[in-house]
Amino acid sequence: MTSLIMIVVTTALVNNVVLSQFLGICSFLGVSKQIRTSASLGGAVIFVITIASAVASLLYDYVLLPLDLDYLKTIVFILVIAALVQMVEMFLKKTSPAVYKALGIYLPLITTNCAVLGVALTNVQDGYNLLESVLAGFGTAVGYTVAIVLLAGIRGRLEEADVPAPFQGAPIVLLCAALMAIAFMGFSGLALS
Amino acid sequence: MKSSWTERIYNGVVKENPSLVLMLGMCPTLAVTTSATNGFGMGLSTMAVLILSNLVISALRKVIPDEVRLPAYIVIVASLVTVVELLIEAYLPSLYSALGIYIPLIVVNCIILGRAEAYASKNPPMLSVFDGVGMGLGFTVALVAIGLLRELFGAGTAFGVNVMPGAYQPMSIFIKAPGAFLVIAVIIAVMNGVGLATKANEKVEGCDGCCAGCAVCDGKGEEERK
Repeated sequence: MTSLIMIVVTTALVNNVVLSQFLGICSFLGVSKQIRTSASLGGAVIFVITIASAVASLLYDYVLLPLDLDYLKTIVFILVIAALVQMVEMFLKKTSPAVYKALGIYLPLITTNCAVLGVALTNVQDGYNLLESVLAGFGTAVGYTVAIVLLAGIRGRLEEADVPAPFQGAPIVLLCAALMAIAFMGFSGLALS
Repeated sequence: MKSSWTERIYNGVVKENPSLVLMLGMCPTLAVTTSATNGFGMGLSTMAVLILSNLVISALRKVIPDEVRLPAYIVIVASLVTVVELLIEAYLPSLYSALGIYIPLIVVNCIILGRAEAYASKNPPMLSVFDGVGMGLGFTVALVAIGLLRELFGAGTAFGVNVMPGAYQPMSIFIKAPGAFLVIAVIIAVMNGVGLATKANEKVEGCDGCCAGCAVCDGKGEEERK
């Protein structure tokens, strides 16, 4: 039980997907202008990564490994993720239009978010079983949401700040991310000793 | 014809440098540049995939139906990445363990799908190959430069050779995660300062969602320019 909780804490805070693993940087820098939109994106990412981790783990354990097709995992995972996102989108549209309305436009963007593929591949590399993979996926996505919502909050304040001309735009956002990464290094004390 | 080949390479390295001007492929740019050697390895691997994928996609551009082109590109790129990954694992095991998960993640590198969509799908194979060479070189140059800076400050070495005076205390923050953000922020700020304006500041709204978004927008941008 403790080890399962540790998986969530480690993936969400200690090895934060954005600030220490550098996955999903594009959307982290791109869709973090407003807290509202970044929170919606975070919700969609949690949804997709958790499901994708489960499906990828099942496929790897019950299809790729028995057939000795381990080396095809990159191709299989990216296709499965792309198809899965499409299916989730169609399913949500039919069953719960409210959720679809909130997350809909972000779903296609997630297909190529490298965090999704990254989590699936890391889970396989670490030899996680189904439950561990799902928890690791969930934790990673929560970490992503925390990071992007925090950055959006900071960027809201930055709009009124007097930033030196060369640092306007991308550089100041990257500097904020650097300071956040330093702060998140503090969580490394939480790692299971 | 020759001038347009060199124009492609100049375009990739200087005018539209993928990392520093277009701000594409930021994940590997930040993640593997802990040393100049790693940056070089990642740059070359990406360049190999980019050249081959540009060649294949350009050669198949009249065969692939328009509606399913993105899935088709992804399959082509993923196959090439698997080939490169297996080659690195076999012949360069130390590089393989240093780059780790970022080798398979070349698949979702925005640069590759972006170039496929914006250039290779509309131009003949030879020009597309040179576009791949140019973009790959630009990416490699940026990665080596960032890696060199981080290694120099963070460990006092360059390409693994000790170059700083003995009294120098390495600032290890530079080879940890925050150093990556810091170095790139300062490089882009310096480029802004000396007037090499980056496109990152004028990105199209709503197109910031990584690869698919970039690819679509790049395509649009290219069409508008024509």
